[in-house]
This record gives sequence, structure tokens and C-alpha cells, in this order.
Amino acid sequence: MTAGNYAIVAEGLRKRYGDRYALDGFDLQVRPGSVCGLLGPNGAGKTTSVRILSTLLGFDEGRAEVAGFDVARQADQVRYRIGLVGQNAAVDEVLSGYQNLVIFGRLFHLGTKHARQRAGELLERFGLAEAGDKPVKAYSGGMRRRLDLAAGMILTPSVLFLDEPTTGLDPRSRNEVWVSVRELVRSGTTVLLTTQYLDEADQLADQISVIDTGKVIAEGTPDDLKARLGGDRIDLVVHDAADLAAASAQLRQVAGAEPEVDADRRFVSAQVGHRAAALTEVLRGLDAAGVAVEDVALRRPTLDEVFLHLTGRRPQTVEEAEAAGKAKKGKGKKGKGDEPNAGPARSENVEEVPA
Amino acid sequence: MTSATLPGTASPDVVHGRPSLLGDSITLTQRSLAHWRRNPGPLIASLGFNIVMVLMFAYLFGGALQVPGGGSYREFLMPGMFAMTMVFGISLTTLAVSADLDRGVTDRLRSMPVSPLAPLIGRAVADMLFAVVTLAVMLLAGLAVGWRAHGGVGDTLAAFGLILLLRFALVWVGIFLGLVMKGQEAVAGVQTLEFPLGFLSNAFVSPATMPGWLGAIAEWNPLSATVGAIRELFGNPGWGGDSWAVQHYPTMAVIWPIVLVVIFLPLSMSKYRSLSR
Repeated sequence: MTAGNYAIVAEGLRKRYGDRYALDGFDLQVRPGSVCGLLGPNGAGKTTSVRILSTLLGFDEGRAEVAGFDVARQADQVRYRIGLVGQNAAVDEVLSGYQNLVIFGRLFHLGTKHARQRAGELLERFGLAEAGDKPVKAYSGGMRRRLDLAAGMILTPSVLFLDEPTTGLDPRSRNEVWVSVRELVRSGTTVLLTTQYLDEADQLADQISVIDTGKVIAEGTPDDLKARLGGDRIDLVVHDAADLAAASAQLRQVAGAEPEVDADRRFVSAQVGHRAAALTEVLRGLDAAGVAVEDVALRRPTLDEVFLHLTGRRPQTVEEAEAAGKAKKGKGKKGKGDEPNAGPARSENVEEVPA
Repeated sequence: MTSATLPGTASPDVVHGRPSLLGDSITLTQRSLAHWRRNPGPLIASLGFNIVMVLMFAYLFGGALQVPGGGSYREFLMPGMFAMTMVFGISLTTLAVSADLDRGVTDRLRSMPVSPLAPLIGRAVADMLFAVVTLAVMLLAGLAVGWRAHGGVGDTLAAFGLILLLRFALVWVGIFLGLVMKGQEAVAGVQTLEFPLGFLSNAFVSPATMPGWLGAIAEWNPLSATVGAIRELFGNPGWGGDSWAVQHYPTMAVIWPIVLVVIFLPLSMSKYRSLSR
């Protein structure tokens, strides 16, 4: 298939800082009108790849095309066709939302009249019409991020880059941003979304690329990735902690593998082959053994489990990500994006990624 | 502005023009002016600080200082103050550049089809406009405390031209510092630079009274060149001296700013471009 069929193409991108590669053979193909989630731990190269694809950062090797234009050689053509929403709201805090949008519209060369008209439309569309004349510093976190999205949408870009668009937002604001993103996608925009939140990727992405140490180590739909773990899981909560061993033994017999046990929650979980048959067998066995079950669930693996399986690391929780974000800000970082990978941080219990 | 849709534009409903250094620079200058209209606090504080400096020197220290040739202390003081306020403008420039970088505004501009020099030129033009306002306020303050220009109209205008030329050079120093330093560190760094640059000069004290090597630095300070030159042009009292720099203040008042611009403008441009590394 030729590059022309994709909104974003990256082939063998490498970006070196000193003797470390922030990107080390990064490949990506995103179909027009879809949402691609770029998922990975801190320092994996998510921000670096977004900065390269949005023309902010040069690269050492490889090739990249966005909206049909070469990122390195046709940067201005690319810039007319992309929107970028970074990790912090890149707007003038002192100016009003309206003023910000008019200035950005004029810098997209809409002319003052059209820039004003467009600013009004976008404020309306992102639910900011009433706050349009207030200075941005009076906005809530969610409002700022929506203004940021609006600024990224001035030319209705064919490709929108969202670099951790909901980091640091409360759940309600996060939801507002998700609603806006879905709306943009309906209007035909292709979205490349980086996130550390698996539920965000699960909610928004049609396609997920898991990135680690500067390259994509797995890709597919969220369901594909979950299926790679080899099927569904049965979760059990037993009524009496004394029954944990019996429940675990029963589940082991059906699953053919050692189940996970969490004694505090009286919880046992294992991956099983044939979902319904396995469930029936487990419950029958537990019944025969006289084990009282408080709760039972048959479920797909979560993306968290996929992530752990692929990278050998648990993804950050929201709290950890925020703490890390604050620490980064404290250092006074200046748009450098991801630091080069801080070496392989893989833990000991890494399973090999299935070929 | 010519309207043209580029081939394959994602949004045929939106018609846009092409990048233009002039147009983009004007837009970004207007952005800074709008910013100041909304938030005039720091500018008012800066003007207030300068006025307080004038009053302090005129009324507090004035009595204790001996004026060369026995002239009026305030006549001696004001040329130094005019030039000092240009130096104190550096941190305003640095802070603005650094804030845009920190908040991601610079990245947004760089991801847009904006002429790469426009953000720097917009900054420089806005800061020059504020320098004119600052100078006007200082002129009034000077007149109020009894300072007068005794030269002709041409000399007086030339003097103000030299002051603004110095500011123009320092704008590029400020832009460069804003691009290389980070956040609060930038402001602190620049303020530590403003004071030695300001006081290690002929603005308030005679370089002849300083230890030899320090005096030489003071005489060759770009600020001293401007202050010495405008004292001559205004017909205000000043320090004499034997060094070449002192004998040629007017020449140096033109050469120094040009040298600074020739160094710091290209450095700023290349630093801005290398943000993509």
C-alpha cells in the first residue's frame, strides 16, 4: 500500500540525543479519519514522535509524511494541515479566549475578518461562547484544554496531534475533552493521541501502537491487543478467606496455569480458554467443593494487563502521572519533550513479547 | 494579503493566505500590545520604578554628589537615567520570551505556518514601542526635576535616537537570554546582569575614581558610550577622561549597539531555529 493511503506515515524514524536514541526505528501508519493511540511509559518516545510529526523537532534518520506531505522538506505545507494540542495549554493567559483565537487565526493567514468569524464559531462549538471575553487565566482546566483544542482546529486540520490532552484534568474535564475529540473525529479529522491513561486509549482510539524504548512494540485495535493475551479471564471473590486455596486450585485446574491471588480482597483470577465452558466448569467445581463464591466475573483483559504484558511495567496511574508532571514542571523544562530513554527500566519479571 | 487555497487543503471551506514575515510580525506585535492592555501592571511597575530612581537620585543622593565642572546635579543625572531605563528593559524582554517558551506558545507558533522570524521581530517591535513610552515618561520626569536639554533640536533628537538605538541592541540581548535561559531563572539571571551593566559605567560615578581595570571596563561599557554621547548632545555636564573610548563617546554610542545587534540578532535567530534540535 502506498503512503498516499495514510494520513500519517513514519518509517524508521530515529532521533538521537548524545549516544541515546529517543526514537530508534519508529514506524507508524494511521488511516485517515481514525484515532491512533500512542501508548507507552514515560520516556518511551511518545512526545518525541509527536514533536517530529508536527514539524517541531528534526530527526536523524527515516522518513515521515503527514497529510501527504514530507515533514522535513514540506514543513509549511504540513503546518497548514495540522493542529497540535500539547501537554500544557499553549495560549496567552492574559488575553481572552476570543483574542487568542483571533490571533492564531490571523497567523494562519485567514485575514482579520475571517479570523474573528472563525474565533466566534469555535468558541460556540467548544462551549466557550460565554467565557469568550474573559482572560484565559480565569478558565478552569477543562475550559483551557478546550480552548487549546479550538486553537488547534482553526483551519479544520486533517491531522490533529493530541499530546496527553487530559493529563492533570479532573474526570469531568477529561470527559469534556473526550466529547470534543469524538466530535472532531466525526468531522473527518485524523487524530494521533498520546496518553498514559489506558482507559483514554480504550475510549477514543481505533488503533493503538504501544511504544517502548523508542519503537513500536505492538499495534492493533484495543480488542486485538487484549486478544493477544490469549483470551478472557475469570475473576472470583470467595466469601471466606479460608476457601482461597481451594478456589485457586479449582481455577488452576481449569485454566491450566497458576492464578493470581490477592488474599486481602479474597480474590483469584486466571486466564481461560473457552469462556463459557470454563466458567461453567469452575462454578460446578467450586460448588462441589463447597466453596461459597461472593462474586464472579468473566471479562476481557484490561489494557493495563496488556501493557504490563508487553512492556513488563505497569502503566502509571493518574496520580503517578500527575506527580511526575509536577516534578517535570518544577525542573523548569522547556519544550524539550521526552528526555532520552533513561535506560532499560524493565523489571525482572518480564515476559517475552509474543512474536 | 493574497488569498489562496493550497492544493490538497484539508478544509476547502477555509480560505487562507500565505506566510508573510511582515504580516505575521504585525500580528505578533499586536498580540503583545493587547497583552499589555489587558495586563498593564508590570509596565506601570517598571515606569514607577524608573520614576522612583529619578526621585531617589535627585533628592536623596543628589546633595552628596559632586558634579563635574560644578553644574547642576540633575542635569548630570538625567542622561544616565535615560540610558539606565533602557538597560532595565532587558528583563521585560527576557521574561516575555521565556514565558512563551515555557507555556508552549512558542511551540504552537512553530507548529503553525508562521514566518520563523516573526515571533522575534514582533517581540522586538513591541518592546521598542514601550521603550518610546518609557523615554517619554522619563523626559517628563526629567523636566519636572529641573533637567533641560541645551543643544539644538537636531542634537536633542539625535540624543534620543542614540538612547533608542541602545535599547534596540539590548532587545536582542534580552531575546537571546530569554531563549537560552529557563523560567524564573531567566529573570533572576538578567537582573543580575542589569545592575553591573548599569552601575559599572559613567552614569553615576566617574570611572576615574574606580580602580584602574574597573575604570577601564566602565569607560568601555556600551552604556557609558551612550551616556557620554548624549551628555554632549544635550549640553549636560559629564566626566572627562583620557582614554580613546572617552574621547570618542559619540562614535562608540553608534558602534556598540551595532556590534551588539550584529552578534545577538543572528544568535537569537539561530537559537530559535535550533529549538527543533
